[in-house]
Amino acid sequence: MSKPNRQLSAWIEGIGFLAPGLPDWPTARAVLRGEQAYEHAPSVLPAPAILPPAERRRASRVVKLTLAIGLEAAAHAGADVARLATVFSASGADGHNCHALCEQLAGEDRQISPTRFHNSVHNAAAGYWGIATGAMAPCQVLCAYDASFGAGLIDALGQVVLDRQPTLLIAYDSEYPEPLFAKRPVPDVAGVGLLLTPERTERSLARIAVAPGTATAETLADGALETLRTAIPALRALPLLRKLALGEGEGEEICLDYLPPMQLSVAVEPC
Amino acid sequence: MTPLLLSAYTATTCLGRGLDATRSALRAGRSGLAPCAFETVRLDTWLGEVPGVDDEKLPAAQAAYDCRNNRLTRMGLETDGFAERVRDAIARYGRTRVGVFLGTSTAGILQTELAYRRRDPQTGALPDDFHYRTTHNSFSLAEFTRDYFALEGMAMAISTACSSSAKVFAAAARQLELGTIDAAIVGGVDTLCLTTLYGFASLQLTSAQPCRPYDAERNGISIGEGAAFALLERAKAPATGSVLLLGTGESSDAYHMSSPHPEGLGAKLAMEAALRSAGLGTADIDYINLHGTSTPANDAAEGKAVAALFGQTVPCSSTKGATGHTLGAAGAVEAVICALALTDGFLPGSPGTQHLDPAIPIAYLHQGKAGSVRHALTNSFGFGGSNCSLILGVAP
Repeated sequence: MSKPNRQLSAWIEGIGFLAPGLPDWPTARAVLRGEQAYEHAPSVLPAPAILPPAERRRASRVVKLTLAIGLEAAAHAGADVARLATVFSASGADGHNCHALCEQLAGEDRQISPTRFHNSVHNAAAGYWGIATGAMAPCQVLCAYDASFGAGLIDALGQVVLDRQPTLLIAYDSEYPEPLFAKRPVPDVAGVGLLLTPERTERSLARIAVAPGTATAETLADGALETLRTAIPALRALPLLRKLALGEGEGEEICLDYLPPMQLSVAVEPC
Repeated sequence: MTPLLLSAYTATTCLGRGLDATRSALRAGRSGLAPCAFETVRLDTWLGEVPGVDDEKLPAAQAAYDCRNNRLTRMGLETDGFAERVRDAIARYGRTRVGVFLGTSTAGILQTELAYRRRDPQTGALPDDFHYRTTHNSFSLAEFTRDYFALEGMAMAISTACSSSAKVFAAAARQLELGTIDAAIVGGVDTLCLTTLYGFASLQLTSAQPCRPYDAERNGISIGEGAAFALLERAKAPATGSVLLLGTGESSDAYHMSSPHPEGLGAKLAMEAALRSAGLGTADIDYINLHGTSTPANDAAEGKAVAALFGQTVPCSSTKGATGHTLGAAGAVEAVICALALTDGFLPGSPGTQHLDPAIPIAYLHQGKAGSVRHALTNSFGFGGSNCSLILGVAP
């Protein structure tokens, strides 16, 4: 058998985004295009309308975050969320829930709440996504610490190329409270959703193709945005998003941070 | 999918270290479960604890990774000559062409649980010797393994609770099929910790007795720990008798965070997808290693799905009465158990199970038995409704 060599590539049909000072993709797009100044503000998490009212109130920050960016990307593409395969990639789970569990388990009364326990799994947000959307398609949940965006992109593209089905990548991160914050200072919640498809359609925004690289990652000229890129693992995607926001340049390659010494070289062809 | 070769594999659980110990325990129908005596945990339950994990020393250069989960990771890698086979593969393909895909549910969170007992009384700070990235983080076992072999290519941890280390086979298979890598270290490692022990107890899912999968009286799981690995490569002309990964199937329940779909709908979708991926029909499967956690809900739901697809024709068993439920390691542990069934011609039984649940019409193997196995299917299901089925076969 000869060595297979198929490109990790897909079309992007929808984008979802949420970060400090950037509540959605249209705002982020305007800022990345230089049409609007970046103003720092804490991340704002919308109430997830897809959940019933009782669940909506109980939903944790990571659940609200992933629903916000995932639903935004799917709506941007006009896709039916119930039919999408998903890849969730996060550098950590629900930090507040984790802290509460560790605090209680260090004390005398270790009878933790069953809800806290099932919310402690790394795939909790993915589980709520399935319950909210009814999607029974494959759902991946990854972690690669600071390289989590790249790991999610690699697996999502693999699914799109081989399974020929639209796949929604949801890369996201959230903060830990103290004392874990001192050990892992992710400043706030943030994430990016990309709806990836195997074929070009009238909704396609761009084609991307990913290959291993060793170059230095592209940075952002705006110091505040560059700080976000390096402080929140999911936002290592920002140079790619900037290219998508500008929507110009044929076959340009950009480099994203992945897992040293391996970087990801992404060729972007806007539609 | 194009079949992939498991060019090396190994498993370490409470049954013992490595394939021979696992094989002889399964043949003897022996269970490795014992009453809970872990750390300061006081729960009326049985555990599948691996002896000697905390005696394992990591290389000095990797001291920051030191925690129970990475000790068991190293122990597993250095069993059955697995690490040598990995180094051979790296010599053949190069450091950038061997990927790492490992599953876990809790990684080294025990280290954080212990550190929370040593917070600074004034500031509340965690101790300086606590390293979040290399112990607690879900990626820590994959990063440790990548560093251990000085690899420079792709790596990821999959953390979908108890399906984690089945799904690593699917993720690695995709990259091997695409040609982005030439070999993959796949596997899973999970170790005992307070979060899972008290957590499953809070859900009333732990049994006060050794677990009894598919028994009419089953009343919960016995938590175990384990490390299992396989080296996956594209198979040019696999030698007769070598073990192959033939198919993978993934699905979601979209039903509940901690209960399976009552009709086993997601489980059925995963098994059907694995059969499609392997290009096999239900009649081609000779043995099913069930998820079989021994909770009333899991076994009833999985049993319905297996009965709907396979009827009472295919011998099946859960081996969790032997190993305990090794959670994020279970998928890889049970893939290795299937590899042993394929190579040894022995279908393992179900220690602990006494009176089969008459409401579940499947061909459940109480006792192990000799038999030819060409194709084996293994199920792994996790919290959040995450399902994965794998099909392994033996090269003709």
